[in-house]
Amino acid sequence: MTENVTFRVFRGEADEDGTPFGGMVDYTVEMDEGMVVLDVIHRIQAEHAPDLACRWNCKAGKCGSCSAEVNGKSRLMCMTRMEDIMEETPEGEPVLVKPMQAFPLVKDLVIDMSWAYQLNKTIPPIDGPEEMDWVFNQDEADRLQEFRSCIECMLCVNTCHVLREHQMFDEFAGPRFFVRLADLEMHPLDTSDRIPMVKEEFGIGYCNITRCCTEVCPAGINITDNAIIPLKERVVTEYYDPLAIIAKKIGLRK
Amino acid sequence: MSDVNLHRYDVVVIGAGGAGLRAAIEATRAGASVAVICKSMLGKAHTVMAEGGAAAALANKDPRDSWQTHFRDTMKGGKYLNDWRMAEIHARESPDRIRELEQWGAIFDRTPEGLTSQRNFGGHTYPRLAHIGDATGLELIRTLQDRGIHTGMEVFMEYTVRRLFTTDGRISGCFAYNRADGSLHVFEAKTIILATGGITRCWAVCSGSWEYTGEGHALAYWVGAEMGDMEFVQFHPTGMIWPPSVRGILVTEGVRGEGGVLRNSEGKRFMFNYVPEMYADEFADTEEEALAWVDEIIEGKLATKRRPPELLTRDVVAKAINSEREAGRASEHGGVYLDISWRDEEQVKKKLPGMYHQFKELAAVDITKEAMEVGPTAHYVMGGVRVDPETQESTVAGLYAAGEAATGLHGANRLGGNSLTDLLTFGKRAGESAASAAAAQDDWLAINQADIDEVVAQTLAPLSREGGENPAKVVEDLREMMQEKVGIIRTGTMLEEALADLDALSGRDATTSPGGTRIYNPGWHQALEIGAMIDISRMCTLAALAREESRGSHTRDDFPTPDKSHWGKVNSIIWQEQGDEMKLRHETYPPISDELRALLDAADLEELE
Repeated sequence: MTENVTFRVFRGEADEDGTPFGGMVDYTVEMDEGMVVLDVIHRIQAEHAPDLACRWNCKAGKCGSCSAEVNGKSRLMCMTRMEDIMEETPEGEPVLVKPMQAFPLVKDLVIDMSWAYQLNKTIPPIDGPEEMDWVFNQDEADRLQEFRSCIECMLCVNTCHVLREHQMFDEFAGPRFFVRLADLEMHPLDTSDRIPMVKEEFGIGYCNITRCCTEVCPAGINITDNAIIPLKERVVTEYYDPLAIIAKKIGLRK
Repeated sequence: MSDVNLHRYDVVVIGAGGAGLRAAIEATRAGASVAVICKSMLGKAHTVMAEGGAAAALANKDPRDSWQTHFRDTMKGGKYLNDWRMAEIHARESPDRIRELEQWGAIFDRTPEGLTSQRNFGGHTYPRLAHIGDATGLELIRTLQDRGIHTGMEVFMEYTVRRLFTTDGRISGCFAYNRADGSLHVFEAKTIILATGGITRCWAVCSGSWEYTGEGHALAYWVGAEMGDMEFVQFHPTGMIWPPSVRGILVTEGVRGEGGVLRNSEGKRFMFNYVPEMYADEFADTEEEALAWVDEIIEGKLATKRRPPELLTRDVVAKAINSEREAGRASEHGGVYLDISWRDEEQVKKKLPGMYHQFKELAAVDITKEAMEVGPTAHYVMGGVRVDPETQESTVAGLYAAGEAATGLHGANRLGGNSLTDLLTFGKRAGESAASAAAAQDDWLAINQADIDEVVAQTLAPLSREGGENPAKVVEDLREMMQEKVGIIRTGTMLEEALADLDALSGRDATTSPGGTRIYNPGWHQALEIGAMIDISRMCTLAALAREESRGSHTRDDFPTPDKSHWGKVNSIIWQEQGDEMKLRHETYPPISDELRALLDAADLEELE
């Protein structure tokens, strides 16, 4: 009952200016029951191309390392079953596998993530209590635990128009980091105010709520409704609500 | 050599999982300049895969808990081969390490009173594991990562360390290559902390990622450090077994902590038949009593009934599953059934969201409606670098180890949940002592140029070899061999065979040719890992062959019972002198103090006579 599958995989690197060169290469391997896309990539490495570059770690959707574009969609290769891929791929056509297109290329399926690590450093960390005597309940935890289930796969960033089409990586923090900022802003133990940064440095105004990020999130985080919109509301309150501005001036709010 | 880049730091931490990040945070706090070198991207290390929780006697769910009981449980679970001082430090300091994580932003599940909640796990007398659903490792690593990046540590991502250097017997630095661009790097360091995790990738069915090739263990061994307890490799009882591509992926012990039951193909709850003598009075002997315990836990009451036998320690449950399989009572695909579907659907999804997701997407099984199929998977190595319990310094001056890379805390078998607090407790201590030793040292020691030249040549060699095997084939054969001959049940004959097979694999390792260039080339990276995997496998095999008894995770079919008079008192030590062959001896830990001794299970005490 073994069946062959052909993958058309991007093979290439970037030149000194960061422009990718290379092309799509076909590989045909046998497929076993229950395989995921990442298994096929590993089989290609083992049988045809030991130097095919791809990142992976946990192989169970917990680490967010193996993000790629499979048949044009942003997905985790370890959680995408071949059964589903074969169903959506037209008969006789190869399965297309490319690196995430929003990011600079390193090689093959590996992209350069340094933007994300740099940006994370600019977010002021939690400013929590000195004494270890806090109490907060599960309802408060629930709201944050949704944000904290982010595995930093960057599929949301790869899908966001502001970043993918307009490459506004310098002006816009992107969905992953709005989730991080929402986590900090709503944290029961935190005392800092990052709303001015959310408006200015992190450019939340550029998001026009198309929900593409939410659709691709493998952790099922409702990025748009639960992180981005509440942050936008806080920006509005802080900068454009006359009552809130007065309250702030006379010291009724932070 | 012209293309080697030089770096200089007070402290170099190798590994960016829980232990490495916790160590780096502590070392920077003490004022040291710190480099963290890791094989993957930051935040992706193996700790991210930990599921069930972090064990600490916070006593939030059951006021009867205390560090003393935690200490007792850890020693008993380790069959008394633990370093008792490490077990004491761990039990005493874990609660503060957990609270500190919350101070840094972690959000654990809560009790109705708003405190950190705790769940039941195998071998722990009380609910003790702080958790966030079944994704505790993610919470741990993200919290440490977000704390760490603001401390000034430099992170070198996707670098692999291939050699440690000593100068006049003291650590002087290490050599690494950058996986992304193939560049070569020498780090001068006053002290080095190994936080490199484990070795379970040496077995075909394992829960580990590609990173678990044991290079950290090998680095220490090659530079002359003593390795302890390498025969003790934990097979977690519940890994996925179907479909084949997911074989080995972990199914958290939290499933059993939440009331999951194990059944064989005849539908029988077989664990009642496997309660060892030493645990006989602590576990339920009827299904009614086991069920009553779960009811109490679900209702949030203090347990008055005895626990279900599914919550016995991992070594016991893994061997029981193996025996059921041998007896012809296996599930459809050769494991047993683990069933949580009898509990409320929403509760299962809330408490075990990762497991729900994992089975639904990878195996098309809805765990709220049907049973999972599970079987043992190589999960953790209790053995590792021998360290001083107070400072975590190894037998090589200036070299420290923490977490899974070190040995001592877990003895012959680790309790679930003890690993995450091991990382935090001893990561912190290692960071503290490595920074203070570095501060006491005026200058960096010169690294011998010949040592650098040698490792550079070895690193580049596979790229110029032609016509050899794909390294993936050698690794596959090694893993299959270890699975068959140094697995969950061992015999002297098979272990002897394994040693001969390892010699043959060594020969093949020398001639692999991955092809390609130095730019992000997984074939080349794999070719460079095989040497470490072979040396680690040999350590396990040699130590397993010597231990002629069965204890904890080590089971010899030809010596099926524990031997209290001799083997119950000694730990194995493996080392190498100046590139010489592997040596093995046995030693005993210093005698335990009377106060600590009084905390242990009195019925077991003759083990320590």
